[in-house]
Amino acid sequence: MIYPLLWMVASSFKPNALIFRDPSLIPSELDLTNYTAGWTALTHPFTHYLMNSFVIVAGAVLGNLVSCSMAAYAFARLNFRGRKLWFAVMLMSIMLPIHVVIVPQYILFSQLDWINTYLPLVVPKLLATDAFFIFLMVQFFRGIPRDLTEAAHIDGAGHGRIFLQIMLPLSTPALATTAIFTFIWTWNDFFSQLIFLTDPEMYTVPVALRTFVDSTSDSSWGSLMAMSVVSLVPIFLLFLFGQRYLVRGIATTGLK
Amino acid sequence: MQRTKAARTRTSPAEQGDNRAALVFLAPWFVGLALITVGPITASLYLSFTDYSLLDAPEWTGLDNYIAMANDPRLFTSLRVTFTYVFVSVPLQLAAALGLALFLDRGLRGLPIYRSVFYLPSLLGASVAVAILWRRIFGNAGLINQLLGMIGFENAPGWIAHPDYALGTLIVFNVWTFGSPMVIFLAGLRQIPNDLYEASAIDGAGKLRQFRSVTIPLLTPIIFFNLVLQIIFAFQAFTQAFVVSGGTGGPIDSTLFYTLYLYEEGFANLHMGYASAMAWLLLVIIAALTAVNFFASKYWVFYND
Repeated sequence: MIYPLLWMVASSFKPNALIFRDPSLIPSELDLTNYTAGWTALTHPFTHYLMNSFVIVAGAVLGNLVSCSMAAYAFARLNFRGRKLWFAVMLMSIMLPIHVVIVPQYILFSQLDWINTYLPLVVPKLLATDAFFIFLMVQFFRGIPRDLTEAAHIDGAGHGRIFLQIMLPLSTPALATTAIFTFIWTWNDFFSQLIFLTDPEMYTVPVALRTFVDSTSDSSWGSLMAMSVVSLVPIFLLFLFGQRYLVRGIATTGLK
Repeated sequence: MQRTKAARTRTSPAEQGDNRAALVFLAPWFVGLALITVGPITASLYLSFTDYSLLDAPEWTGLDNYIAMANDPRLFTSLRVTFTYVFVSVPLQLAAALGLALFLDRGLRGLPIYRSVFYLPSLLGASVAVAILWRRIFGNAGLINQLLGMIGFENAPGWIAHPDYALGTLIVFNVWTFGSPMVIFLAGLRQIPNDLYEASAIDGAGKLRQFRSVTIPLLTPIIFFNLVLQIIFAFQAFTQAFVVSGGTGGPIDSTLFYTLYLYEEGFANLHMGYASAMAWLLLVIIAALTAVNFFASKYWVFYND
């Protein structure tokens, strides 16, 4: 299963001539030239693209945590007018293919002069457009005993305090799952970053890698492999440390 | 009568408080729904009836885009490619996921390392890096051909460069990322009560009989869930085809996924009206298939309640 991934890591340490002749997983010598060459092969050093990706990911994670948990609190705990209807609307929006809205979104963002900025990739998250996470948190919030919030209510706490001081602290697994998945999906997201970022200065890791593919001759496949490996390291680390939450989050909700 | 009705519709102070609080808590979502979702959906429907290049104002052309679509051979190619991809890779992927889940549930319970090994490709699979890897594995001098060479098969084709095999490699790619449905299957298997197996064993049911009469029926809601989701995801596949084919959908359009063609029309050729019409066809196809799925589920999905 992970042989292809291991082969990629192994290849990234091999001199170019060996990659295509030697399928073994243990490189005969540890050659770092692919990494040093790949790091500076594009217009900007690879650190630049990593930083761009991290900025977008940080904005997206923060946005999703704040806006989706707020909406989820309303759906899980407030008895407001039209709740069932809006809940159904929220569920339907999960199923909507991005392709249906991407053209008008592009037009909207270009009229706001937001193309080649990170705003089209971050602002929608602040507006809870990843409804999937609202649903995930609603399911979680519903499991928190009502006695707790009702007791606080009798003691005079308003919804703001109940949300901040009771619900959120008790919801770390759901918040962690949201953060981890937002991180991974945003880090991997290629389609919208390809569309909204056209200036090499603003490129994120996936878009930069893709230009690398197009400009790469066979002789620098090693560098491309090395940078591909670099691009996977953050996800791999997150997976390693967040596994516990991930499996629980997936088991209860079934997401990709 | 009149009085009770009035009493029922009058809102209590607590409900009024909830209404006001809900407005605050849902404010970001409402704004997002209006500006980022519903507005663009409406605009997309309008644009699908126009000729729009982004540079000039949209020009109303009625059904022209839809008529053009009906006469566009590349559109039909992209539909054929996408349907083949979805209907071949999703069943294979789910079969692999279910098989491995059964195996892990019985044999290797409590060994998270195995779960990780199977799950990792799914997490990384959507990335450009792994698509690049795929291009390298199935390329002319790639890993697959090296391995074939070692066991004596020389002159194997360059899989991704050959129109007969390129789509196949992308199908293999999708099957390889079966980790997410597998984890969901695992969760489902854990929920099947053990006494059902014990009872059926007392009645003399063998392993195969148990699988057919206990496991599968109780797992049908999970199978259905995975089926619906994976079909929806597969229709929207983009990165793999874009990277593996170098953005062209080649060789000779054999990997021209529907989304790839939509991207090309909208963002490379600036046929925003045409791309919008294509997006609406995609929405109709996905909605119709999901509806068919739900309708058919009455006949095979067994709910234990």
